Amino acid sequence: MSEHHAAPTGITRWLFTTNHKDIGTLYLWFSFIMLLVGGSMAMVIRSELMYPGMQVVDPNFFNMMTTMHGLIMVFGAIMPAMVGLANWLIPMMIGAPDMALPRMNNWSFWILPAAAILLVAPMFIGGDFMSGQGPAFGWTFYEPLSGQYGNLAFFVFAVHLLGFSSIMGSINIIATILNMRAPGMTLMKMPMFVWTWLITAFLLIAVMPVLAGVVTMMLTDKYFGTSFFDAAGGGDPVMFQHIFWFFGHPEVYIMILPAFGVVSMIIPTFARKKLFGYASMVYATAAIAFLSFIVWAHHMFTVGMPVAGELYFMYATVMIAVPTAVKVFNWTATMWKGALTFEIPMLWAIAFVFMFTIGGFTGLMLGLTPVDFQYHDTYFVVAHFHYVLVTGSLFAIIAAFYYWVPKWTGNMYPPLLSKIHFWASLISVNVLFFPQHFIGLAGMPRRIPDYAVQFADWNYWSSIGGFVFGLSQILFLVIVIKTIKGGEKATDQVWESAEGLEWTIASPAPYHTFATPPEVK
Amino acid sequence: MFLFGRCKKGMNNERQKANIRTTRKTVLIVIGMFGFGFALVPLYSVICDVFGLNGRFIDLKKTEQAEYVTNVEKRVDTSRTVRIEFLTTLNQNLNWEFRAKQNTIDVHPGKVTEVMFYAKNLTNRKIVAQAIPSVTPGYAAKYFSKMECFCFSNQTFEPGEAREMPLRFYVDPNLPKKVKTISLGYTFFDTDRKIASR
Repeated sequence: MSEHHAAPTGITRWLFTTNHKDIGTLYLWFSFIMLLVGGSMAMVIRSELMYPGMQVVDPNFFNMMTTMHGLIMVFGAIMPAMVGLANWLIPMMIGAPDMALPRMNNWSFWILPAAAILLVAPMFIGGDFMSGQGPAFGWTFYEPLSGQYGNLAFFVFAVHLLGFSSIMGSINIIATILNMRAPGMTLMKMPMFVWTWLITAFLLIAVMPVLAGVVTMMLTDKYFGTSFFDAAGGGDPVMFQHIFWFFGHPEVYIMILPAFGVVSMIIPTFARKKLFGYASMVYATAAIAFLSFIVWAHHMFTVGMPVAGELYFMYATVMIAVPTAVKVFNWTATMWKGALTFEIPMLWAIAFVFMFTIGGFTGLMLGLTPVDFQYHDTYFVVAHFHYVLVTGSLFAIIAAFYYWVPKWTGNMYPPLLSKIHFWASLISVNVLFFPQHFIGLAGMPRRIPDYAVQFADWNYWSSIGGFVFGLSQILFLVIVIKTIKGGEKATDQVWESAEGLEWTIASPAPYHTFATPPEVK
Repeated sequence: MFLFGRCKKGMNNERQKANIRTTRKTVLIVIGMFGFGFALVPLYSVICDVFGLNGRFIDLKKTEQAEYVTNVEKRVDTSRTVRIEFLTTLNQNLNWEFRAKQNTIDVHPGKVTEVMFYAKNLTNRKIVAQAIPSVTPGYAAKYFSKMECFCFSNQTFEPGEAREMPLRFYVDPNLPKKVKTISLGYTFFDTDRKIASR
């Protein structure tokens, strides 16, 4: 970088940076802050639900908490964390000096805080905080309920900005992967994480515009007199659900595919074997991505579809189990007869495989039309998607942190604290979410602040688990800060049998890497 | 293009050109998918009409009706009766009285029947209301044909005005034998509500 002038320091370094490592760090910190914000909302929810009856917050505030918790975790925590990992890792993994479009990269990050502010701002409108006017219609913002919400424009524009950010980030990732690979790095030699992100990025550019479209329709329905979803003018609220879930179903794979990639990187390292069935992993990922576009109506089995439609969506949904099972089988087969060691990243990765599979199985149950009529909109659904999103996506993100943080900072994580973090999280997350299967099957609806006393015992335990899980993530914050500040120095290789270009550079990774592309054999 | 940043070492011109090409293609996909989201709206209506889904009706034109009715009348199926249930709902705080004069009626498929609905505006303002129909089970909707209905157009009610409104319909004799009951629901919407809440 001969022409590169002195790097700016202080706040301007972060505001104007076009460096993929800086931007990756920004994304990861942003998502961590959002995780804590969304997490504290979950604490409010669990406090209210700890005992039957109304005790902590009023119902509208409770609904606002469930809504904002969902939106913040999906769009603020999981997705930006995955993009942060992509920014940090993809150029280092494919031997590129930076992302393909560095200035757009800066934009796609700095739109996010603005979007987050727009999203939470309505909570602070009105007399006092508790009577806040934030969205309270559930994170799926079904019409016609959401159309009656006063500050809809805040929500719509926040979603627009989030969409812009994701789309720009995805275009950047696609351009980087397709054009910036080191000589010799053919597509089928790319690390699994890169593959999963390439496919995720295509999903993003395909469905985020549909989300932007559907919120635009809501906006014009409310403020400009159109009637897309307003039955009085000839519109149809059920159509909202179709368009929303056309976005919404691929969205859940957007959140999990990069997690698959992370786990596919970690398990071979600590099993000291090559990833079993690399090619089948790639094809399975692509198959999951394709299937995600044709199963959306399994979220709405109870709207009154004809039997033929229900059968089609049931069969198509259950079909997704096939490529997903291929992946779980491959991870297991990679560990089979491997020289396993259980470093912290490996613990999180194994926990991921085990508990994501639990979430997958409950997904199969929900995908069966006749039984879905019982499970629909109960805590069983809540338990299902928290198993795939918390013990799935979030666990993979934490695994990725422990796996790559020695490369990012040059320091190893504190060994004892991180063990406590893992075991506390693992036990508490199961105490938190497993009982929700039982109360869901017993008929407790989701999104309610009060419930029949028969659900009291399991809700109590669920809340206890929730508080411990929340506290464990404060410990995670301590670990992150401690690791950045110091700790045992990491070697360049870090892990004995880690493979990939990112382990050939120094630890911590220099500000500029692969200015001269490496040769890949 | 400024978005692509300064040319870096290891980022030769060819790469930059490839990046521009990739960006152009992906932006086209994005624009296309934004359009596709909106294209789902007419697509949805077409699919619902074709398959008679979602309790949608096929409303016939006057001339078609006359011809259709004579044919149907010939085919009145006196061997069975179908029970029609009438449900009435008001949307959101509409201060209004709205009910069917009779809750159920038993009809032979093919027989043209007329029933009356009663509505009264209880407010002291003029209300333009629109009734939105829905049929359960959904797959029976295409066999339920309305010839005259107060739901075909907006209904204007002066403050305190009350009136009876007719619905003339017949059930197509091709209605599957397993259908013994059809529920017809009407929801009354205040069409000014949107403007008022703005």
